[in-house]
Amino acid sequence: MENPYLPYPVRIEEIITETEDKNLKTFKFVFQNPEDEEKFAYKAGQFGELSVTGKGEIPIGIASSPTEKGFVKFTVNKVGLVSSFLHTMKTGDIMGIRGPLGNWYPWETMEGKNVLIIGGGFAFTTLRSSIIYMLDPANRSKFKDIHVVYGARSPGMLLYKDELAEWEKRDDIHMHITVDATDDPSWKYNTGFVPTITEQKAPPSDGETYAIICGPPIMIKFTQPVLDNLGYDHDHIIMSLENRMKCGIGMCGRCNIGMEFVCKDGPVFTLAQLNATPKEY
Amino acid sequence: MKVIKIDKKDWADSLGKLSGPYRLFGPVRDKDFHNFKELGNDEQPDFNFQNTRVSAKSMVLPQSETLFTYSLDEKEPDHHQMREPEKNYSPRAVLGIRPCDAKAFLLVKRNFDTPEYKDPYWVRAYEASTFVGLACDDPCSTCFCTSAGCGPFHEEGLDLLLVDAGDHFLAKVLTQKGKNLVQAAGWGVETNADVELMKRTAESRIASAISTEQLKGKAATDLYHAPFWEEAAFACINCGTCTYSCPTCWCFDIQDENHGNAGVRMRNWDSCMYPLFTLHGSGHNPRETKIHRVRQRFMHKLKYYLDKYDAGIQCVGCGRCIRLCPVNIDIRNICELMNSHDPGACTCQVA
Repeated sequence: MENPYLPYPVRIEEIITETEDKNLKTFKFVFQNPEDEEKFAYKAGQFGELSVTGKGEIPIGIASSPTEKGFVKFTVNKVGLVSSFLHTMKTGDIMGIRGPLGNWYPWETMEGKNVLIIGGGFAFTTLRSSIIYMLDPANRSKFKDIHVVYGARSPGMLLYKDELAEWEKRDDIHMHITVDATDDPSWKYNTGFVPTITEQKAPPSDGETYAIICGPPIMIKFTQPVLDNLGYDHDHIIMSLENRMKCGIGMCGRCNIGMEFVCKDGPVFTLAQLNATPKEY
Repeated sequence: MKVIKIDKKDWADSLGKLSGPYRLFGPVRDKDFHNFKELGNDEQPDFNFQNTRVSAKSMVLPQSETLFTYSLDEKEPDHHQMREPEKNYSPRAVLGIRPCDAKAFLLVKRNFDTPEYKDPYWVRAYEASTFVGLACDDPCSTCFCTSAGCGPFHEEGLDLLLVDAGDHFLAKVLTQKGKNLVQAAGWGVETNADVELMKRTAESRIASAISTEQLKGKAATDLYHAPFWEEAAFACINCGTCTYSCPTCWCFDIQDENHGNAGVRMRNWDSCMYPLFTLHGSGHNPRETKIHRVRQRFMHKLKYYLDKYDAGIQCVGCGRCIRLCPVNIDIRNICELMNSHDPGACTCQVA
């Protein structure tokens, strides 16, 4: 019998400090046993449990894309016991990963459709995975127009800055990067909150456009009416939820919203699904 | 169905025979109450009880259990990697479990033994167990098993059902596992005795009942927003006694515990009554008040489980949570409020 609680041993290959407040670091992990990488085959939108031996586990969205081979990446905000300890770890240290866990963005449903990605703050990790996945030469033709609205408090708080700059240069993805405010004279992108930039830049729905939103609750709250005005049906608005988790496999009982477990039945839900369930997230 | 007669004077000898092929567990007196534990050599289960204080769930889901061990000592080749501990999953017999507690394992199994994942600790312990039930002749006043998909002589989840008939037990063999145990014990005297009348008498002694037939048809969001939760939760002190004593509550926590460079990853019973159960790292808590938490417990048992598996409610009517609640919250009352809730009729009250 497979033990779903047993993490794959991994080595920290690289640590990148992403943001100017140093609270967000990206960890690149390599599997100690190469065959574990195949068992960890994942889709953009799924998460893993990072197992910091002696401290515990944390559920974190997978930031690398299934099209990137040889490693997996997770961007972790320094918040509690496990994530704070993880931030003190060094390259070469051994820990574990369980997964992949949960469902993923509905890639098959979105084939042949326009995709609008809306992200705010550090909730851009599985969205990075999704963008890398869609822009892969083997996949780009499967999707029509791709728009990305991504905002952070300031330029220094944006994740994956080098990749954002590269995507800006491409003509097969429409980037709308924004910051809440900045006094940096060299800032050449948008200034304003995500809902406002979405209103100004996002394409109206043609009935065939899917919007994926990840961000802080306040951003989601004010973006939803914008999407309503742009004509997005609630079953075309896709959200990824977070809740406190332990097991990650639908057994320990704490992350449910109504009858659904965020860890196993989610974390990806349509707004239409969420409308029919108690909002305990 | 085969019924076997076991003379009580032979009982101790039979247990002696069973103690070879099986690890034996049973109810024993623990201060003022009975609880399940592993029986020592020549130790007898004590069947002089109405029901155990805590349910028998720890037979399969121990209150604390080691999932893994590990070493933080970098001199060891597998440092920081989880090691699966050796566990004893040799055959075990749980003697004298009440039918409600045995049926509860079937409800809990849907959570731990799923098409996608199997919890190997739960599944192995469950599969290693032979459940020897003890029919109830003397139910508690809080029992409502007969309206919760169970009953004092209920057979689902049991391998063998014992019925106390004075100087002997009548044993109904229900499964192959039960047959194997009967053989190991050397019980062989078949009888034509019929336990049906005893069963009907016992069922007639169950004095309370719940109605659940309307629950399925109601929207979860309507029940969630019903006006009665605030009053229902008012007296609750979130002590968690209901969840700990409940045979169908399975929620658990996972914690790493270090002793120097050695450590264990443990799982411990947890409870939806506690604010830490759902507290996010950010400080946000989706079930921040006791109203949220009391509602979660009853909605899970009486609505979410029903909707998720379409196999009845997540309750067997053992009545422990009613007997042990320090502030007299009664699942039978809550169930009635939910079952009879009419969202249309109460819009004026909400306003």
